[in-house]
Amino acid sequence: MRGFLLLLVALLAQPVAAQDSLPPAPYAYKQLDDPAKEKSAQDLMMTLRCLTCQSQSIADSDAAMAGDMRHQVRSRIEAGEDPEAIRSWLIERYGDWVSYQPQVTAMTWPLFAAPVILLLFAAFIVRKRFGRAKPTGEKS
Amino acid sequence: MIAEFALALLWLAAALALLQLGLGSYALTVRGAQFLPAVRPVAVAQGVLVAVSFALLIVLFVRSDLSVKLVAANSHSLKPLIYKISGTWGNHEGSMLLWITVMGLAGGLIALLERRLNDRTLIATLAGQAFVSLGFYAFLLFASNPFERLNPAPAEGNGLNPLLQDPGLAFHPPTLYIGYVGLSIAFSFAIGAMVTRDVGPTFARAMRPWVLGAWIFLTLGIVAGSWWAYYTLGWGGWWFWDPVENASLMPWLAATALLHSVSVLATRGALKAWTVMLAVVAFSMSMVGTFLVRSGILTSVHAFAVDPERGSFILALLAIYIGGALALFGLRASTVTEGSRFHLFSREGALVMNNVLLVGILGIVLMGTLYPLVTEAFGTKVSVGPPYFNPVSAIFVFPMLVIMAVGPLMRWRQDNGKKLINLMAAPALALAVALALVVLFAGDIAILPLLGLIFAAGLAVASILPLWKRNLRRTPAHIYGMVLAHLGIAVALAGMAAESAFNTEKLVASEIGQTHTVGPWSIELQGIDPIAGPNWTALEARLVTRYGDSATQTVMNPQSRMFSSPPTATSHAALLTRWNGQLYVVLGEEGDDGRWQLRLWWKPFVPLIWYGGLLIGLGGILALVGRTARDLRRKDQPEYEPVAAPADPKPVGGREALA
Repeated sequence: MRGFLLLLVALLAQPVAAQDSLPPAPYAYKQLDDPAKEKSAQDLMMTLRCLTCQSQSIADSDAAMAGDMRHQVRSRIEAGEDPEAIRSWLIERYGDWVSYQPQVTAMTWPLFAAPVILLLFAAFIVRKRFGRAKPTGEKS
Repeated sequence: MIAEFALALLWLAAALALLQLGLGSYALTVRGAQFLPAVRPVAVAQGVLVAVSFALLIVLFVRSDLSVKLVAANSHSLKPLIYKISGTWGNHEGSMLLWITVMGLAGGLIALLERRLNDRTLIATLAGQAFVSLGFYAFLLFASNPFERLNPAPAEGNGLNPLLQDPGLAFHPPTLYIGYVGLSIAFSFAIGAMVTRDVGPTFARAMRPWVLGAWIFLTLGIVAGSWWAYYTLGWGGWWFWDPVENASLMPWLAATALLHSVSVLATRGALKAWTVMLAVVAFSMSMVGTFLVRSGILTSVHAFAVDPERGSFILALLAIYIGGALALFGLRASTVTEGSRFHLFSREGALVMNNVLLVGILGIVLMGTLYPLVTEAFGTKVSVGPPYFNPVSAIFVFPMLVIMAVGPLMRWRQDNGKKLINLMAAPALALAVALALVVLFAGDIAILPLLGLIFAAGLAVASILPLWKRNLRRTPAHIYGMVLAHLGIAVALAGMAAESAFNTEKLVASEIGQTHTVGPWSIELQGIDPIAGPNWTALEARLVTRYGDSATQTVMNPQSRMFSSPPTATSHAALLTRWNGQLYVVLGEEGDDGRWQLRLWWKPFVPLIWYGGLLIGLGGILALVGRTARDLRRKDQPEYEPVAAPADPKPVGGREALA
C-alpha cells in the first residue's frame, strides 16, 4: 500500500517537474535554413558547455538552458555574426567555463606548453637511448 | 544475518591480507625462508573469502533486502532481475567491493597457477598485492561499509538511476574495473621483481597474461561505455573527452604501452627499467581514474556515485602506493639494467618510439583532465574539451600510426630497410587511393577527419602485411592477435573520421503523417502510441523509414520513457544499421501546436568505431590465448637468454638489502 502511495506521489510529481522548463526558444530544436550557416552554428555549439549539465556540450543536451543557448547561437549566426564573436560574447557573460576551447591566457598557457614540453621530453629520451649507440647490429 | 556474515567474511579477508603481507615480507628475509610455502594458501583463502562476501552482497540485492542501507538506496523491488544484480556494483560501496574481490581472486589465481616465476619474486608479488589490497580493505571497512543496516527498513527502495538501467551499462563498470584491477597485478609484479631484483624475461612472461587480460577488459569496457553514451544519451555523440571517459582512457593508454614493452622484455630481454616504470604508471592511472570518478571532484556525465569525503581517502592511498613504488624504483633503478641493446631502426626501436608517443598522448589527456581542477583551485573555471584534445593528441597520434604500420614489419635489433621499402608500397598506395577518393567524392571536409580517413586506409593494409608470405596455418595465434588489433585500430579510426566528416542531422517538428528526409533516407511519422514497461511508461513513435529508392520499409520505434522511481524522463533512441552506416532517430517532446520533435541523424560508417574496438579486443584475446598456450608448452624449457645479456646483479645483493 505504501509502495503504491509512493508511486502515486512520484507520478503526480512529474508535471510539476516539467513546469520548470522555460518555454522553448524557436531555434532550440530548429535548424537554420542555410546549410552553411547551420554547419557553422553546429560547429560552434559542439564547443560550448551546457552550464546546467554535467560535461555535455549544448549541441547534445535536452536541458532547457542548452536549448536557450542553441537558440542564441543560431539566431546570432543567422544575423550574420562571426562564430568567434559569439563565443567571446558568451565567455563575457558566463566566463571561460562555457567554452570547451581554452583561450591562451596567463592561467592556461601550460596547457599549450604541455605538448611542446612532451615532444622535447620524448626527443630527449630517444636521444639518450640511441644517441650514443653505434649503428652496428651486435651489441652488448 | 546474511549482511553480518558477509561483513565478518570481509574482515576476515582483510586480516588474511595483513597476514599475507607480513608473512610474505618475513619469508623474504634470510631467516624467514621456511615460511615461503605458507604464503600461497593465504592468498587463495583471502581470494575465496572476499569473493563469497561479494556474492552475498549480490544475494542481498537479488532479494531486495531493504534493511541493508545500500540496497535501499540503490534498488527497487520492481526492478528487473538483471538490474538488481547490476545494481550491486552501480554504486560506490558495491563497486569498491567488486574492486577488492577482483584483486583477491587474481591474487589467489597467481598463487595457484604461477609456477615459472622465481619463488621469492612470486612471494614478493603476493605481498605487494596484499599491501595494495589492504588500503582498499581499510577504505571499504572504515569509510564505505556496503553491509550497513538501515533501521527501520523502508517499504521500498530508491531505485537505480534509469540511465544505468541498460544492458550495456550493466556490464560496462565491472569490465572496466577488472581492467583497472588487472593493472594493479602488473603493479604488484613490478614491485615484487624490484624487491628481489629479478626484472627479466621470466618476470615479463609471468606478468604478460595479466597485462594482456587487463588491457582486453579495459578495451572492451571503453568500447561498451562509448556505445552506451552513443545510444542512451540520445544525441549521437560517442566520445566527449569527459573527465570520466578520460579516466578510463588513461589506464588504457598506459596499459597499451606496457603491453608492448613487456613483450620486448619477454622476447628480447630489453627495456627492463622502462617496463617496470610503465607498470607503475599504468596502475597510477587506474588509481587516478578511480579517484576522479569516486571522489566527486568532477562535474561529469558519469558522476553517479559521488561523495567528496571519500576522495581524500583514495588520494591518500594513491600517494602511498605511487609514492612508495616510485621511491622503490628510485632505490633500485640503478640495479635494474637496461638489458640488451638495439638500434633505433629496429622493431624494438619502433616499439620504444610508439611507447614514447603513447605516453605523450597520456600526458596530454592527463594534463587536459586535471588542469581545469588546478585552475579552479586558483579561482578560475576553465573547460578543456574536444577543441583542445582532438588537435593536440593528433600531434602524437598520426606519427604513432605511421610507426604502427612499419614497426611489425621490421626486424629485431637492426633493420636495413630494404624489404621494408618494398612492403610499404602497398599501404602507401592505399593511402593515395583513399586520398583521391575523399578529394573527389567527399567534397569539403576538415583536415583531421581527412587525415583520419586516409591513414586508416594505409594502416588497414599495413596491418595485414605481417602475414605476407607466411605459412598462414603455422603462424602463431599471437601474430594473428597483433594483426587483428592493429586492423581494429584502423577500422575504428575510419569510423571516427567518417562520423565527424559525413554526419547529416535533421531536427524537425513533425505532424503525424508527415515525411522527412535525412541523407538518403525518407522517414514518415505514422503515429505516437503509449506503452508500458516493467518500471516505466513511454510514448513510442512509429516511424516508417526507406533508404533511397529501395522498396523495403523498416519501422523504427524511438521512445520517450518516464521512469517512476526515481522519477526521470529519458529518451530511448532507435537505431537502424546498414552496411554503410546507421540511422539514428530520437523522439522529443510534443510542442504546443501538437507537433512532435524528432531528431534524425544519418551517420555513415559510424558502427566501424565499435566494430574496430571489438576487433582490438578480439586481437587481445587471441594473443592472450596464443601466448598462454605457448608459454605453458614451453614451461619445462630453460628461459631464453638474449644474446650477450649484460651480467645481472647477484641475487644475494637483493637478499642482503632486504635483511
